[in-house]
Amino acid sequence: MLKCRTVWKKLAPLARSSSTVCRQNVKRTGLNNGRIPTCVPAANMSTGPGGLGGDNLKYTVMVGAACVGSLTYAYFLLKGDQKRYQERIEEITTRSQRSSKEEAATVQSEPLAVEATQTKAVPEPVPEAAPSPEEPSPPAAQAEQPAAPAEAAAPSETTAPPPATDSTPASLKVPSHTPYLLIGGGTASFAAARSIRARDPGARVLIVTDEPDLPYMRPPLSKELWFSDDPSVTETLRFKQWNGKERSIYFQPPSFYINSEELASAENGGVAVLTGKKVVHMDVRGNKVKLDDDTEISYDKCLIATGGVPRNLQVIERAGEEVMKKTTLFRKIEDFKLLDNVSRNAKSITIIGGGFLGSELACALGRRSAESGLEVIQMFPEKGNMGKVLPEYLSNWTTEKVKREGVKVISEALVKSVTCKDDRLEIHLKDGRLVTTDHIVAAVGLEPNVDLAKSAGLEVDSDFGGYRVNAELQARSNIWVAGDAACFYDIRLGRRRVEHHDHAVVSGRLAGENMTGASKPYWHQSMFWSDLGPDVGYEAIGIVDSSLPTVGVFAKATAKDTPKAATEKSGTGIRSESETEDTATSPVASVTPVPPVAHKDDYGKGVIFYLRDKVVVGIILWNVFNRMPIARKIIKDGEEHADLNEVAKLFNIHED
Amino acid sequence: MSYCRQEGKDRIIFVTKEDHDTPSNAELIADDPNDPYEEQGLILPNGDINWNCPCLGGMASGPCGSQFKEAFSCFHYSKEEVKGSECIDNFRNMQECMQRYPELYPQEEDKESSSQGESSSGSDSAAPSDNSALISESDSTPAAASSDSTSPTDSQIAS
Repeated sequence: MLKCRTVWKKLAPLARSSSTVCRQNVKRTGLNNGRIPTCVPAANMSTGPGGLGGDNLKYTVMVGAACVGSLTYAYFLLKGDQKRYQERIEEITTRSQRSSKEEAATVQSEPLAVEATQTKAVPEPVPEAAPSPEEPSPPAAQAEQPAAPAEAAAPSETTAPPPATDSTPASLKVPSHTPYLLIGGGTASFAAARSIRARDPGARVLIVTDEPDLPYMRPPLSKELWFSDDPSVTETLRFKQWNGKERSIYFQPPSFYINSEELASAENGGVAVLTGKKVVHMDVRGNKVKLDDDTEISYDKCLIATGGVPRNLQVIERAGEEVMKKTTLFRKIEDFKLLDNVSRNAKSITIIGGGFLGSELACALGRRSAESGLEVIQMFPEKGNMGKVLPEYLSNWTTEKVKREGVKVISEALVKSVTCKDDRLEIHLKDGRLVTTDHIVAAVGLEPNVDLAKSAGLEVDSDFGGYRVNAELQARSNIWVAGDAACFYDIRLGRRRVEHHDHAVVSGRLAGENMTGASKPYWHQSMFWSDLGPDVGYEAIGIVDSSLPTVGVFAKATAKDTPKAATEKSGTGIRSESETEDTATSPVASVTPVPPVAHKDDYGKGVIFYLRDKVVVGIILWNVFNRMPIARKIIKDGEEHADLNEVAKLFNIHED
Repeated sequence: MSYCRQEGKDRIIFVTKEDHDTPSNAELIADDPNDPYEEQGLILPNGDINWNCPCLGGMASGPCGSQFKEAFSCFHYSKEEVKGSECIDNFRNMQECMQRYPELYPQEEDKESSSQGESSSGSDSAAPSDNSALISESDSTPAAASSDSTSPTDSQIAS
């Protein structure tokens, strides 16, 4: 088809020029009968009125030849198309026959299930190339449906570790309709699923994710999992919280979810997860989406929680295959497994990026370096760790702490180029310094995934990135967006986009509530936290940007003020849950005496207020824990406080 | 004594315990308990149960969610002398369901919140004790939940 168009384009000017001449000739002779310029039959020309001479003959021949040529070309093109079509049919027949043999061997009940659902799925649109009506043999047709998606799923899964065993056979049959469709299988999506199920009795929720894993939480991937003593942690993905309570990073074990085939028929509904499938097209008018294997799913309400993709440095992308192979963009479980493996074998790892992820990974790897002799380097353009978050004095203090965790920190480092030499990587900095290392971890930010914006016709925010949604997280009538990908309007703090775990939970829950009719705006402010080693931890809420003026109120810290002690008291490693844990009455074993921590520095513990136009828009609780509700209240009020020291009193920073 | 330092746009104040002994004169706006935007605790202002309360974990949304909701609703609205005594069947259904998913609802003692009552044992005689365990918990959870009116977010597993 494209060829046809290009050929046509070439022919068009020719036809046009011949036609304009023709028209001029006609005008000259006084006739004005608006002839269609293209494909003027030669016959008309020759019988054209008026005495058209030798010139006319040339044009006649040209146009005539052009028409004959184009007709011939079209004929051959169609012939070729038909031939290709036949070849494709043959290919699919043989493919389905092959896989039907495999299928028959392994999954006995599959053909029966497929047959049963085949009648239901008949209206399901079939991909153009798969001519199931043409299919001569019925068994092949039945096996073809699961075969096609299986084929498509297989290549995407070969690069990733084998998916959860329970859901592999389930993901073969894609439901054609679901009342609630959640695109993306991360934290926001899971929180929404839970919210929908709680509010809409018997709700049927389908989660579609391109990852091979069931929904899991990301914070432990850069913290707790690294501190585990269990050598099989990369397989179990369980982490021990400070008080000894163990849990998995997966929100729920596989038995929580139902198979996607059972979604329509389950008596009380449920949550089904389709792993290894990517939504590539969204039809908002028709309320349906198309997956990468060409199957379509229609929905009543849809949530987009696609999160994002880690950014990479341009210098690394340009550096070539060799360098890319030794670079990790850290975000998923497979990245954790890879980095864990690398950390056991490599001599030196360099982390580029001084924000949350980079600093946490640096501290985690730095801890490991104590036992293994691994060299851990962290480099970033700012002056100190968390330079974009913490005020300068605190950022410097934090950098010293990070160095004490065994990390070689190179600040004010801008990478000029990266080359691979003698199987090692050489990082050239703009100021001339050279760093040689074995592996790079790039933690330089997240690019929100807005792939569906074009096909869905959804607005993308130019300032913050992500899908633009209103205060109720709604993009269009039946479409909501939550999590990292949502640029939403915060009634108190203005339009923003937040990339933290608790925000994913809060926004996911809110989206779920609104999908079930709540119409509530984003109001409950989410928080975030970070630990840099066992001695430095902070919780924060609101807009925490180091470019804002800050007021910090500090006290001297005692040994009891460490993140370790805080989580021991509350019994949880996920800081946002330490508030929920207060309502539970589980007795925690009395705190074993914490070894005395020497706090020679001034900034042991305290509260830092971030101000915008004299109003507190962000608060950091520095080594002060379990006071988040007070901080949340202050931000919610949005008042101007004359003396922030008085406000700081509300936190009782001197107490435990 | 507290002292103050300014580093560019950032101000740093150091305070001793004595400095913070006097009560704060910072004014906070009173909370409206009926604010529709606020996160609610376990019991909503109109008396209904907030199934989406983080304190319930995933109890209302899991595979046994509907059985849990029936049992707990029956109990909540029960006007009997022994609260919930007419809900035995509902609780039995719930227990049976939960026993089918031991991974999700571990049959252990040390668990959080309202799940403690339901899955502590499987015998009929334990059902009244289940109810009483629930009573004590439902008393404490709304109290705790209402005092912590800005109910925090939750991402823990159902059990």
